[in-house]
Formats: sequence, C-alpha cells, structure tokens
Amino acid sequence: MDPITLSRLQFALTTVYHWLFVPLTLGMGWFVAFMQTRYYQTKDETWRKMSKFWGKLFLINFAIGVVTGIVQEFQFGMNWSEYSRYVGDIFGAPLAIEALLAFFLESTFLGIWVFGEGKVPEKVHLASIWLVAIGSNLSALWILLANGWMQHPVGFVINEANHRAELVNFFALVGNPKGWLFFWHTISDGLLMASFMILAVSGYHLARKQNVDFFKRSFAIASLVGLIASVLVFLGGHTMGQYMYETQPMKFASIEAHWETSQPAAFSILTIGDLTGKREVWSIRILRVLSFLACNNFNCEVKGVNELQQAEAQKFGPGDYIPLMVITYWGFRIMMTFGFMMILMTAYFVWANLRGDIAKAKWMKWLPWALVLPYLANASGWILTEMGRQPWIVYGLLKVQDAVSPNLTTLDLLISLIGYTAVYGSLAVAMVKLMRKYAIAGPDGADHESVDVESETGFGEVLPVGAQD
Amino acid sequence: MSYEFLQTLWFILIAVLWIGFFFLEGFDFGVGMLLPFLGKRDTERRAIINTIGSVWDGNEVWLLTAGGATFAAFPHWYATMFSGFYLALFLLLVGLILRGISFEYRSKDANPEWRNRFDWMIAIGSFLSALLLGAAFANLARGVPINEKMMFTGNLFTLLNPYGLLGGVTTVAVFLLHGANFLGLKLEGELRTRVNGFAKKLWGVTSVLYIALGIFTYAAGFWARGIVNPGIVPITAVVVLLVAGYFINQKMEGWAFIMVALNIVLTQVTFFSMTFPNVMLSTTNPAYSLTIYNASSSQYTLTVMSIIALIFVPIILAYQGWTYYMFRKRITADKQTLVY
Repeated sequence: MDPITLSRLQFALTTVYHWLFVPLTLGMGWFVAFMQTRYYQTKDETWRKMSKFWGKLFLINFAIGVVTGIVQEFQFGMNWSEYSRYVGDIFGAPLAIEALLAFFLESTFLGIWVFGEGKVPEKVHLASIWLVAIGSNLSALWILLANGWMQHPVGFVINEANHRAELVNFFALVGNPKGWLFFWHTISDGLLMASFMILAVSGYHLARKQNVDFFKRSFAIASLVGLIASVLVFLGGHTMGQYMYETQPMKFASIEAHWETSQPAAFSILTIGDLTGKREVWSIRILRVLSFLACNNFNCEVKGVNELQQAEAQKFGPGDYIPLMVITYWGFRIMMTFGFMMILMTAYFVWANLRGDIAKAKWMKWLPWALVLPYLANASGWILTEMGRQPWIVYGLLKVQDAVSPNLTTLDLLISLIGYTAVYGSLAVAMVKLMRKYAIAGPDGADHESVDVESETGFGEVLPVGAQD
Repeated sequence: MSYEFLQTLWFILIAVLWIGFFFLEGFDFGVGMLLPFLGKRDTERRAIINTIGSVWDGNEVWLLTAGGATFAAFPHWYATMFSGFYLALFLLLVGLILRGISFEYRSKDANPEWRNRFDWMIAIGSFLSALLLGAAFANLARGVPINEKMMFTGNLFTLLNPYGLLGGVTTVAVFLLHGANFLGLKLEGELRTRVNGFAKKLWGVTSVLYIALGIFTYAAGFWARGIVNPGIVPITAVVVLLVAGYFINQKMEGWAFIMVALNIVLTQVTFFSMTFPNVMLSTTNPAYSLTIYNASSSQYTLTVMSIIALIFVPIILAYQGWTYYMFRKRITADKQTLVY
C-alpha cells in the first residue's frame, strides 16, 4: 500500500479509537459533578457512593482518552506535514489554545480531585470535578472549531508568496457556525453516551436486585438526561444537516445517495449501490422528505451528486469529488437509526419509571446490550463527517493527497500502523477488563480507592488462593 | 509589536514551555524509571507512584502545549521536526502512552503480575521517553539533513549518531538523578534512605556523562552557531550539577533538588540560545536551515496568540503552582493514605 493510504488508515484508526472514549469522558464528568454536588448539599450517603462509583468508571475511561489524545496532536505534523505547513497559521491556533485553556485545566484539577479527597477542603474538591468537566468540554470546543474550519474554512486568505493559507479574522474562526454546531451535537452526545453507560450498568444490577436504591436513582437520572440529550443530539444534527446542505452540498448529497438534482427531493430509505460504492442500482424513497431535511421546506431543490461533481470539476479542475458513498450513506443511516432508537428507549424509560417500580421490569437484564447503540452511533457519525469531506482535507482548499508528509516511506508507516494497532488493542483489553470488573463489583467495590494486594509479598511470588481481588 | 519581536517572543515562549516540561516531567520520568528498582514491596511502589500521582498528567501538558504552540507559531518547524523525527516520535508516543495508562491502571487490580507488568511499563515508558527526547534535542543542536523544501531527508538511523545517543543517555541520567532527588523530598523512612543512596551513585555517572556531552558539543563546533553566545550559562550548569553532589552527600535534599533542577533549566537555556535564531539547522546546507523568520506564522496569528498566552499562562502557573503547594507533604508507605 502507498504511504497516503497507510497514513489515512492510521489517522482513521487512531481517531476513531480516541473517539470511542471521548464522549463518555465529556458526559460522565457532568454526572459525577452533579452527584457530588448533591452529596455536598444533602450529605446523603447514596449520593456520595454514586459519585465515587460512576467516578471510578469515569477515570478508567478518561485515562485512555488522555493518552490517545497525545497521538492526535502529534500526528498532524508527523503524517500530514504539508497540511501543517499549508494551514498551520490558522489550524495551529485552536490546538495551542486547547492545550492552554483546556488540557491544563482538566489534568491539573483531575489530579486534585483524585488525590485531594480529605486533603483539600470539601468545596475545593467539589469545584475540581466541575473544572474537570468544564475543561474536557472546553477541549472539545476548540478541537471542533479546528475541525469545523477544515469542513468550512473561514476568516483566511491565501498568501501566494508563502504558498499557504493565513488567518485574517480570528473571530470568524472562533465564531464558525460549523464548529459550534459540532460542539452542540458533541456535548449532548457525550451526555447521551454517559446516560447509556449508566443505564446499562444500572440495568445489570437492577436485574440482579443488587443495590436497588442506588441503581434506581442512577437509572432515573440517566433516563431523564438521556432523553433530553438524545433530543438535543437530534436537533443539533438536523441543524448541522441544513448547514451542511449550504456549505458542503456534496457531502449532503452523498450522505443521501442523492444522484440527480431534484425539486422537491425524496429521502432514501434504502439505496443499493454497485461495488464501486459510487453508483445506484436500486432504491426506495419517500417523497419530499429530503427537501425538508435540507431546508425545513417540503418543496426546495436539492442538488444531486452528478451535478455537483460537474460543478466541482469545473471549479477545481478534473478529478473525482464524490466521497465514498457506501460509507457516508450507511454511516448516516446507522447513526440516525440508533439515535432514534435511543430517543424512543429513553422516553420509554422515563415513562416506565414514572408509572411503577422500574426494578421489576423484565427487560432490565437486556439493558447492558444497549451500550452497542451509542458506541456504534458515535463511531459512524465521526466516520461519515470525515469521509464526507473527501477528497478534501480542507474543503475546497487542500486535498488529502497533497497534505501527506512527503518523506515518509511505506516501511515507516507500516511500523507505526502495526505498532499503534498492537498498543491500542492491548489498552482496550485492559480497559474493558477493568470497566467490567468495577461495573460488576458495584458501589461497594469502588469505595476503596485502590484494591490492595498482600503488601508484604514480593513480586513474582504466588498469592494464596482467594487473596486476589 | 513588530513581526520580528513577535517571532522572538514566540521562540522564547516555546523555550519556556520546553524548560517547564523538562524541569517538571524530568522528575516524573526519573521517578518512573526508578520505580521497579527502588520499590521492593507493593506498598513501597505505590508510595513512589503516589509522589507524582497528582501532578504527572499536568506536567505532561507542558509537552502538549509546547507541541501546540510550535504548530501555531512556527508551522514549518512543527511540520519538519514532527515528520522528520517520525519513528523516534512514534516510539516516544508509545512510551508516553504506556506509562500514562500504567499509572492509572496498575493499582486497580490486585494480581501482583498485573501490577508488576504495569510497573515495568512505567519504567520502560519513562526510559524511552527520556532517551528519545534527549536524542531529539541533541540532534537539533547538531543539525539534521534538511533540503531546500524544508524537508527532512534522513531516517531513524540519521538520529542515532554518537552525539544524539550521548544526548539521550545523558538526559536519562540527569532525569534519574532529578527523580531520585524529588523522591528524597517526598518519601519517608527506609525508602528515603534507599533513594538517597541511589542519588549518591547516580550523581557520579551523571556528572561524567554531562561533562562529556559538554566537551563533545564544544569540540564538534555545535557551539553558538546562531547569533547568541550562551556564555557562562553552560559553565554554570556544570557547576550547579557538581554542587548538587555536595548537597546529596550532606543529605540536604531540598538544595540537591534545586541544583539539579537548575542544571536542567540552564541546559535548556544553553540549547535554545545556542541555536537562536535557527530552530532546525540543516547539515545539507546552512541556507536551508529553518529559522524563526522563515518558519513562523503570520504577524496576525502571532499577535492573537500572544494576547491569549499573556492572559492564560499566568493563570495556569498560579493554579499549577498551587497544586504543588497543596500536595507538599511527604508520602508514607502506609496503605491507608495511598491512592494509586
């Protein structure tokens, strides 16, 4: 494989992997901060246990997000040096600001939160978890403003003498609607992800009648927050779609497998393409719905892929400007279907909880499986948003093929790709093992900060049976 | 503010970020490398990890910020260095990932093998990181092959020259000593005695390596190739390192720590003044070198970033400093008080 394909594969792998852990960090921080605040106000022991237990799962997940995040910041320069040269004047700023404003905040106060209990005043300890939640969500804002700029570049000029894009309006960069819509979609998605983690673990314990009060309370909060968050995710997504229709019509059309310009446009329920992923064979469509999605009007015109391809080729020169439709189309459908399922599920949970004793529900034992929904929806959403921009790395400005580091060889990339895969794979094994263990152990397991081993035993000696865990 | 002033300002700011990083994360790396050798029992190892538990992550952010600031202020420096040192940086990232995750995960399972494995990952990750950072900086001082398109034309083995390797090994030694001094300040009882013994042994080796690196730098002519002569700064760096030996012998841990910390700071000051205004020297042709002038962002971007840095850097320094104050107490190998 050529270096470009390998670099793309590596970026996809590291980014999607990083993104598996980030939404939970973004959302769970708020939950833990809320629970600890309730404890601070009421001194009700259950609230304290809740913040400890969900806080433990938060930390196990947080660690992977942090260490894989370093790779994210470095690989622009490592694998995409021409990109970094061409847009560094603009793109570097939000990254540096992210580190200054967000990374310092979340990491410093996380240290205080984890190590400070009993050592710092209770108020400071409580404030620190809020600052962690604020810090991680601020970090999302800045990286999404950076990504928003790649999707919809604003506030810059091309400096012909330097062969690069240069920033001329910082406020346009910071006020880019694309970035703010991403942010809206992402923080509500974080809350939704965390809600489903709480629902899934609560379901596991409620089905086994363990710590019923604790998990009923967790369930009630998570179902309500999950419902609100899932509706916000949907509204954010819908608004994003309309903005995408204005700013990235090709991505919009490819997501819908909308080939020919039409007015009004029909929404595709199911489209089968050919093996190239770029031609339609057969489809079922609902009249006018796509027009509504694009502009809240059942009768507006939606440009089709073919016409847009012609227009882009005319504007930017010959080339293939159509994203890999099989991915954008199905990515969107997976994300949307699972998103709607989560709205319906959380609505039902809220209703069922008002109606009677939720702990007696028969479906409770199936709830852990619902975790599949947010994880797959998150991954496909991110994949479609990035793949939908292809062949551009910065829409209309720089193509992916021109952005890659020219000095890297196939061997360099094979070493790093295999290396990351091995390291990330092992991290996932350790992380899932710990998450499962602490989730299943329940609130009493999390109450000791760290499990202790028979401390006088030297390393390498076998512990007596039963001493483990 | 003039363009040239802003470019110089950002060079200094990035130097400050690296200095902060080496000073702070330097002892984290040292503590990490010492961990499996110093801690015989589990509670001892936990005590050692807990000395840096609350701060290592915040310290590492100095590296992320240095990276981000280089991207924003000197995109060509960022692009050439990060793509040029590709495999070295990949290994550095692996090292940082392994140790970061290990701090968080090692005590979350009671199986001694699980813990031992993560302890070694902390040690190896810290060692790799220190070695590679040292080698990378030595190569920056020495110069690397860069063509007229600002592209690095070497490979991993280009970096593994004697000077680069000496820089790497010396950095490992200095960080080990720095870590031992830090632990001397933070631990109690038997562990404290043991770590003081380590510091004594480490000091001799470190001084020899450090002086050798200094002589190599001077003899090979890597000295003052820019417009600034570092002057007495490197000499002072040697002197404080030698003086540290006296304090280590006298068990004056605070002063020993300050002296080695000063050595690290002065080494970095020497490095950055030695190269200024170059940021990456080309061994292919000095005319192809990256400088603060041809590698920088536009005046507008530098102005915006300066305003943001002026507002936020003091705030960050205040709350990070406050964290150290908050956790200033010594750590005992008593399980009740340990977190990690």
